[in-house]
Amino acid sequence: MKTVEEIKAAIEAAVPGAGVEIVPNPGPSAQHSLLLKPERAVEVAKFLRDDPELALDHLSNVTGVDWLDKEITEKVKVTRTVTKTVDGVEQPIEETVEETRKRVEPGYLEVVYHLFSVAKKHGPVVLRMRTGNRSDQVELPSMTRVWRSAEFQEREIFDLYGVVFKGHPDLRRILMWEGFKDHPMRKDYVEPDDFEYEPTAHDEVLRRAQAHRALEAAAAGKGAAQ
Amino acid sequence: MAVDEKLKIELGKQGVLVTTLQELYNWGRRSSVWPMNFGLACCAIEMIATTMARYDIARFGAEVFRPSPRQADMMIISGTVTKKMAPQVVRLYNQMGEPRYVIAMGACAISGGPFKQGYNVLKGIDRYIPVDVHIPGCPPRPEALLEAFITLQKKIDAQPLTGEGRPRFLDAEAPGEFPVPDQGQHDLEPPSNRSVWPVPITLGNRE
Repeated sequence: MKTVEEIKAAIEAAVPGAGVEIVPNPGPSAQHSLLLKPERAVEVAKFLRDDPELALDHLSNVTGVDWLDKEITEKVKVTRTVTKTVDGVEQPIEETVEETRKRVEPGYLEVVYHLFSVAKKHGPVVLRMRTGNRSDQVELPSMTRVWRSAEFQEREIFDLYGVVFKGHPDLRRILMWEGFKDHPMRKDYVEPDDFEYEPTAHDEVLRRAQAHRALEAAAAGKGAAQ
Repeated sequence: MAVDEKLKIELGKQGVLVTTLQELYNWGRRSSVWPMNFGLACCAIEMIATTMARYDIARFGAEVFRPSPRQADMMIISGTVTKKMAPQVVRLYNQMGEPRYVIAMGACAISGGPFKQGYNVLKGIDRYIPVDVHIPGCPPRPEALLEAFITLQKKIDAQPLTGEGRPRFLDAEAPGEFPVPDQGQHDLEPPSNRSVWPVPITLGNRE
């Protein structure tokens, strides 16, 4: 099979301006993936499926990743012009100072597609797409029109991560019920507090059971006071 | 009003059958408990195995699985009850006619099991409906389900028809319908029916 670099070159030849990036995998598997631009992703997907050499006809898996906002602290060397008195004369002098800067890299939701070719017996090719942020720019193009097997898995990602797939034929929740508001697989999901009965609690569960009991005791105390 | 056991045996030798209405009635009730034909997860596979020739639940009069709650007497909660499924399970239980019994089969049905801390798993069906027999196991073997069924039969046999401890359908005060939980924005509402399930006292929550 072609390497990721060759696939990237093939995509760029077939779909001009596709803007594909390679996301390297530093692990021993070295399973690098291709980051697609959402605007051109469907065209790229159609090319990957229909290209006779790649013939990626089987979408085996779609999954989501939630990346929280990252605070990055980095040291930057800054050149500044400082006025200093040298030999009794005021002169502007360039000085290099090290500065610590903090910046917040906004989080995003990521969708990962694993492609195989049944015809050519090769794979996987890993595609990724990223949303603009985690709150209001969560739209990505649906791959259901390219690979039909994406339908239920995209519904699952919509349900559990909150990615909205544009062009999906039937985008409804699949595991949780209609009217459920949260996205349980997001890292900032708060689970409902039903820790009133934990017969063998330990660690995290014990902490949450104790917190539940403290809340209940406080509520009971308030009720008694009134 | 029990008949003396020795006298009963003696009369039996003479060809005279002596019994009480309660015994006869309970014998009839326990010998034809028809389960409802539904399964929730992998425990259902063991339940199906129990009905087949090797384990043969027909020996106990419970082989007729009814696909309608109206015709069923026993609900075997065989598997994980998700929060999405829980209202439907309670609704099916409400639709069953009295007398009705519930066996909670397997770790998931009695407590949530290995998925207990999952966001969509109910921590035991006894939070919403009264359970007669709990079977631990993941999944329990067919022998365990048969044992649970025999336990249920013994329970039925021991029930008096009047007074304290009589079955629910002979008690006008007993609840006939159990509230179906709503699927709220974050969780089931209410999270449990406290009249059915008072929070069990453990070493941790004892005051």
